[in-house]
Amino acid sequence: MVEDLLIVSSSPYIRAQDTVKRIMYSVAIALIPAIAAGVFFFGWRALAVVLTSVGAALATEVIWQRLRGIPLTVSDGSAIVTGMLLALNLPPTVPLWIAALGSAVAIIIGKQVYGGLGANPFNPALVGRVFLTASFPAIMTNWLSPAGYDAIASATPLAATTKIPLSNLFWGSVPGCIGETSAFALLIGGLYLLIKGYIDYRIVSGVLGTVIVISLIMGLNPLAQLFAGGLMLGALFMATDMVTSPVTPKGRWIFGIGIGVLVMLIRHGAGMPEGVSYSILLMNATVPLINRATRPRIYGR
Amino acid sequence: MLKSFKGGVHPNYHKELTCSKSFVEVKASDVVIIPLKMHIGAEAKPLVKKGDQVLVGQKIADTDAYIGAAVHSSVSGTVQKIDSTLLPSGLRGPAIFINNDGNYQLDPSIKPHKPLEELTPREIVDIVRDSGIVGLGGATFPTHVKLCVPEGKDVEYLLINAAECEPYLSCDHRTLLERTDDLFYGMKAAAKACGADHIKICIEDNKKDCLEFLTSRCGSDCEVVLLKTKYPQGGEKQLIKAVLNREVPSGTLPYEVGVVVINVGTAVAIAEAIKTGMPLVKRAVTVTGSIVNNPGNFIVPIGTTMDKLLEVVGGTKEKIGRIIYGGPMMGIAIHETDEPVVKGTSGILILSEKESPVIGEPDPCIRCARCVDHCPMHLMPNMLERYVSKGGLDKAKSMGLLDCIECGCCSYVCPSKRHLVQWIKVGKMEIAMQKRRDAENHKRSTPVATA
Repeated sequence: MVEDLLIVSSSPYIRAQDTVKRIMYSVAIALIPAIAAGVFFFGWRALAVVLTSVGAALATEVIWQRLRGIPLTVSDGSAIVTGMLLALNLPPTVPLWIAALGSAVAIIIGKQVYGGLGANPFNPALVGRVFLTASFPAIMTNWLSPAGYDAIASATPLAATTKIPLSNLFWGSVPGCIGETSAFALLIGGLYLLIKGYIDYRIVSGVLGTVIVISLIMGLNPLAQLFAGGLMLGALFMATDMVTSPVTPKGRWIFGIGIGVLVMLIRHGAGMPEGVSYSILLMNATVPLINRATRPRIYGR
Repeated sequence: MLKSFKGGVHPNYHKELTCSKSFVEVKASDVVIIPLKMHIGAEAKPLVKKGDQVLVGQKIADTDAYIGAAVHSSVSGTVQKIDSTLLPSGLRGPAIFINNDGNYQLDPSIKPHKPLEELTPREIVDIVRDSGIVGLGGATFPTHVKLCVPEGKDVEYLLINAAECEPYLSCDHRTLLERTDDLFYGMKAAAKACGADHIKICIEDNKKDCLEFLTSRCGSDCEVVLLKTKYPQGGEKQLIKAVLNREVPSGTLPYEVGVVVINVGTAVAIAEAIKTGMPLVKRAVTVTGSIVNNPGNFIVPIGTTMDKLLEVVGGTKEKIGRIIYGGPMMGIAIHETDEPVVKGTSGILILSEKESPVIGEPDPCIRCARCVDHCPMHLMPNMLERYVSKGGLDKAKSMGLLDCIECGCCSYVCPSKRHLVQWIKVGKMEIAMQKRRDAENHKRSTPVATA
């Protein structure tokens, strides 16, 4: 009798609760405080940018997969995260069509051309951001002063870190991208993901620790270096992207430290005021090499 | 701090279903099915034929091969047939079917041996071999081979493996509590046979209730070691690492680091064989699962079919999804309920489909690295899966494919529900087949070469 047949498969027969979906949606939830901070400081326009960016990311993925005739995977939540992260990396004044364009590039050039989720070497949101920065440099650095605060209009926040009080940097009342101004909001989300085990402490402490150490060596205020610019957003949410970071424990330390070194090098030794995006992308490129060089020692060998 | 090892996972243990249930003796089924190969090594050759009368404890099959084990009847009755049947391993193999007459008449050869003090190590090994004793933790490696330490190797420690790290199972726990005398007798015999100076009884801290009273019975040469409750703590290599901080070199056996490990049930079987002369014809089995009406611990004659045990536990509350011989992490899902309990059946776990869903097409790997972080052998299961599934066996081998202990932690933690350990098993099997083919080709080509 068919209904009496036993199910047969290979062990193990039980699996842990976590799924890709659950991880992706948790990351999306963890980004909500940062989005809320963006809305608080820059007004409802920030929310419009976020929604446009997320909507465009979802739409691009659906259209791309439909055109190629491959299964729709838009419900896995990764496109939402990409859209959110891209929006948080945009200035609040950005025209909405540019946000949408960035999302499309992030999804297609950043992810789908490689074969979709899991196959992309570079963080898709950062690919989108860097594309926009290169294409629309003026728009991408048109910083808006947070509502109700005196700020250094149109100066990049990092270029002026010495002039901004530390508490403003921490809470977020500084000009900058929608999601990178409030270290506090980012830390809430980051802490949640750390506790859930969805981001790796080695990468986070590698990046942040290196920035602190180099700041101290250079005689800079380490807290200002941590809370200014895109460092918190990058260290907590983009360097820790599972797909584009190393899989070995030692490798994740090297990856984090490498990002920290590059950030400080670009900030203080290059012509650009900020370099978190480029640092992460550059280290993304080294991941296969890091993985190969840091294979764990097998038990008994 | 509790001793442990690096890697591993913490599944839900569900031990409370049975850990306080004392052993109940179960009568054998009307027909017992006793496979000729219930161990690692050579298949035993039958010593009886259709129509023969057999008695409890009578040797009904044996082998001359060094790595192999004798097989004994668990009932008295008539040999119905010797036929190929579906075995719990999932493969077909020959088995002796015996019509149980229900009298359990003992074979006259079953007599106590000399007391332990008078037995030489060699004699102990011979008794173990003759009694068909194999590793009862589930691996079923012939115990006499383990105890017969090769020339030049010096064994310092005998570890009694009572970690019982598989979820749900509790028969080792009950054995510690209820068969304490035999445990101590058996482990002393095993220590004498392999020449170990120290004995360590290794338990996870979820069996703390055994700690004090086991310790109170330990002499100067014996110690109880409490380990952190973590799967796969009972893996031989993980146990040695946790207890002695030694690593067994890749591709070798624990002798290399001066250790022999035997399961607690195996120690009890050795004691029984010496004290009463009774070979291995029954074993402790946990029959459990949250849908089982009366889960418990049972002493089951080898060859008893699953049907009979389902009766004993009073059936299930819900439709059965899977029946697993062993635990949920490393057990084997059986095809039919008329399959017998064999020497390696440490437990029978009955799961509903909801508890153990069928996993279809997995999601893509998102390189979350959990498999790498949790692998107790420090392998990279994500890479092994990729190489094996894409045909790169040599590459997989160079990355430690053959070091995998198949504990299943990687598949357990994978958020994409990928079939990691399953692919690794496929790879190992392919390598074994390749080896066999090469050996055959070599055999065939050798005469030509010499001619």
